[in-house]
Amino acid sequence: MSAASDHDQAHGSEHGHGSKKSYLVGFALSGILTFIPFWLVMAQPIGNPGLVAILIILFAVAQILVHTVCFLHVNTSGEGGWTLLAYVFTAVLLVITIAGSLWIMVHLNSNMMPGMMSGQASSTP
Amino acid sequence: MATIASEAVPDRDTFHLIEKDSHDHGQAHASPVLLGFWIYLMSDALIFASLFATYGVLSSSFAGGPAPRDIFELELVALNTAILLVSSITYGFGMLAMDKGRVRAVQGWLALTALLGMSFVSIELYEFGVLIGEGATPQRSGFLSAFFTLVGTHGLHVTVGIIWIGIMLVQVGKHGLNVVNKRRLTCLSMFWHFLDVIWIGVFTFVYLMGMLR
Repeated sequence: MSAASDHDQAHGSEHGHGSKKSYLVGFALSGILTFIPFWLVMAQPIGNPGLVAILIILFAVAQILVHTVCFLHVNTSGEGGWTLLAYVFTAVLLVITIAGSLWIMVHLNSNMMPGMMSGQASSTP
Repeated sequence: MATIASEAVPDRDTFHLIEKDSHDHGQAHASPVLLGFWIYLMSDALIFASLFATYGVLSSSFAGGPAPRDIFELELVALNTAILLVSSITYGFGMLAMDKGRVRAVQGWLALTALLGMSFVSIELYEFGVLIGEGATPQRSGFLSAFFTLVGTHGLHVTVGIIWIGIMLVQVGKHGLNVVNKRRLTCLSMFWHFLDVIWIGVFTFVYLMGMLR
């Protein structure tokens, strides 16, 4: 029975649905990668907010990669690599959209509305 | 028990090409539907990218209203993150049960996933209710407009996923794990895990970065 189910798991892992192991590894890694950024912000062990911001972004990127591999099972062989290609293409567009929008709007604010950025940031209650 | 394996012929009229079950032939995901659904998810990711960009641009426009630090409850967000993460793995176990053809186990894991999803949406609606009660409504400031749009769109996706799980519970109950239902469950699996990925962006960029501001 157990031998048969082991075989089934191996069988399943060959077919892009993942195995019990990949789900459990993904879950454990995600738990750690979620806990640390929340702890960094809630317990404030590091005083420098800029450093904390960089750290939590790195943790987010790492966790997205863990989910992609362990839960979404994106790899070079899935659908002949097309899922990976679409994923990378989307990631490029995503970075261009977000970073490009922020880049443009920050410059627009600093060039056309002097004082607005710093004034707003410091006038928060 | 009801380990239905009517792989060769779908048991009802179909409006698409009849698929062969690729699982017995050592080839992953031969159905073009799965790749098409993946492309849809990528387009969905671009919708979220534009909403994240909007939030990034507007997140410091408080118009004299409340800032993230004043209104966010990180304990609630941490709880919601844990719920969504657990729901991802319960769905994963459902997929493993599907690979083994265990109908009852699939239904159990799906129902558990739906319950976790409903808890997530309930907590989010509670959070929205508290915010609106405090006067932090979407029309209060650019920051709040972008916040409600981004987080609300994610919550709407989760709600649609819950409805889809409900439909799949009925489908699996009526027709078992046939080829068509397996394909649908695989699409739903991608959808559900994808929402968890989007939530990583939400809790990092909206909530955690907001508290640092």
